[in-house]
Amino acid sequence: MAEKYQLKKTEVWDGNMAAAHALRQAQVDVVAAYPITPSTPIVQNYAQFLADGYIDGEFVMVESEHSAMSACVGASAAGGRVATATSSQGYALMVEVLYQASGMRLPIVMTVVNRALASPLNIHGDHSDLYLGRDAGWIHLICNNPQEAYDLTLCAFKIAEDERVRLPVTTNQDGFLVSHTAQVVHPLDDDTAYKFIGDYKPLNPMLDTENPVTYGAQTEEEWHFEHKANQHKAIMDSFPVIEEVFQQFKDLTGREYKTIETYKMDDAEIALIVMGSTYETAMVAVDEARKKGIKVGVVMPRVFRPFPYNQLAEILKNVKAIATLDRSAPMGTTGALYNETAGALMANGQSAILTNYIYGLGGRDTTVEHLLQVIEETQQNAEAGKRVTPLQGFINLRGPKLSFN
Amino acid sequence: MLRIRWHSRAGQGAVTGAKALADVMARTGKFVQAYSVYGAEKRGAPMTAYDKIDDNPILDHSKWMSPDYVLVIDPSLVYQEEIVENTTDDTIFIVTSHLPKDELVKIAKHLEGRPLYVLDAIKISQEEIGRPIPNTPVLGAFVKVSGIIDFDTFLESIEDILSKFPQKIIDGNLRAIKRAAEEVQ
Repeated sequence: MAEKYQLKKTEVWDGNMAAAHALRQAQVDVVAAYPITPSTPIVQNYAQFLADGYIDGEFVMVESEHSAMSACVGASAAGGRVATATSSQGYALMVEVLYQASGMRLPIVMTVVNRALASPLNIHGDHSDLYLGRDAGWIHLICNNPQEAYDLTLCAFKIAEDERVRLPVTTNQDGFLVSHTAQVVHPLDDDTAYKFIGDYKPLNPMLDTENPVTYGAQTEEEWHFEHKANQHKAIMDSFPVIEEVFQQFKDLTGREYKTIETYKMDDAEIALIVMGSTYETAMVAVDEARKKGIKVGVVMPRVFRPFPYNQLAEILKNVKAIATLDRSAPMGTTGALYNETAGALMANGQSAILTNYIYGLGGRDTTVEHLLQVIEETQQNAEAGKRVTPLQGFINLRGPKLSFN
Repeated sequence: MLRIRWHSRAGQGAVTGAKALADVMARTGKFVQAYSVYGAEKRGAPMTAYDKIDDNPILDHSKWMSPDYVLVIDPSLVYQEEIVENTTDDTIFIVTSHLPKDELVKIAKHLEGRPLYVLDAIKISQEEIGRPIPNTPVLGAFVKVSGIIDFDTFLESIEDILSKFPQKIIDGNLRAIKRAAEEVQ
């Protein structure tokens, strides 16, 4: 029986430590992982907890991330609570198996520390890996600080394992800016955290030999479409469960999460849309801009998949100009948040002047000052009543000014 | 908000020092952020670590900082002009050096006229802890100079933070911290 870990009411943890403690408290049956920067300390801390007697489950060392996710698929299909962690190239190597996991409706939780993708090789944060897994059929939750990395990892198990959902979930935190930044975290005690998640309820476990089942079957044109449509419906229908889990978490802790987070949007005439820790930096920029009389707010999809497009349109219905900020190179088009926002507005018969900014690739710093520039440019568009700034700009990029129209 | 930038070489304990300071201050009810900036370098490469301490939650996740205090825990980095980057006339420098202040500024001209405190944290850590890990003595000097927290409360918190180490290491660090507070000028 695992020993209880004595936690203080206030801990100073970085995002990696926060995620590791959440995995420990969930009492995962099997963690199979191949450590990679900057998520290595999640796996390292978890292994330490296990060695020190705080975890009853198995830790499986594997030879690659492809094997890590494959072992997770096997363990989850067998009927256990399963989790792993990865970043960047490791995430990329997992991609084939990410689709397998979601297609088999296995409720695996993966704590992702977001990092750039090579080439050139870079260990620092951006959202290239998150965007790579965008269509893999996983629910993606975004965490902006260590407290959220802890809280949402607990929520992730509860969402993934709900029998109305039964889909894998990632929690995402920015490499270094969250994963290696120590901040105040208020953890739950072990019993309260475990009780919130609840015991794991296996569904069609392969180890139930009385009731044999098949995982990873082949379906050609007669059934593949129905399976995929069914899977898509499950993720589209997961919103109420996500909201329900967030509500239960708020009742327990007082900490509130929403499928879309907003800051000062009530009277906003312009808005920024951004995911990750830069959302919080943007809150500081919004306060600064409002001192100058600019009515600006900031919006963040807390849940990137499923994407809350109708809710986003509702939040943006009185806004004249919007800047969408993507932390990944879209390589040949506008960024994903630009596209999602444009789609959300069109689907609801709305329009606003919409621009796209690429920022923070490979850990490039994005400061309050940079975000104030974006706010000022967005304000110019609102005042002109048409787009007078480039369609796509680049924040804090060195060299000649680059933009696309 | 109080902003502190550490200059160190990887392996000298700036990250641990920055995290320890954040932990100490969080115990007094403050909100904190401790982070570091480095590439995929090896032990010995110059790096920076940062602390932000405030009464309200810290939202700014950018790495840029104009520090109120600069702590230089490696004696060779004192001579690098990078230590004055993004500082103001009011930024206070606490640096480790075997040289007295007046001789040091003759060589490290970028520190001339700056509010400057000097201690030999390498010597202190070598003599008291037995290893040249200058992070805790510089932290002791910082607490003394800044008066950010009552010194005895600070010592109690540090003792608790170090409690996972053998008693010999804890005692050495506490001696080094106290000696640094006495010797910093």
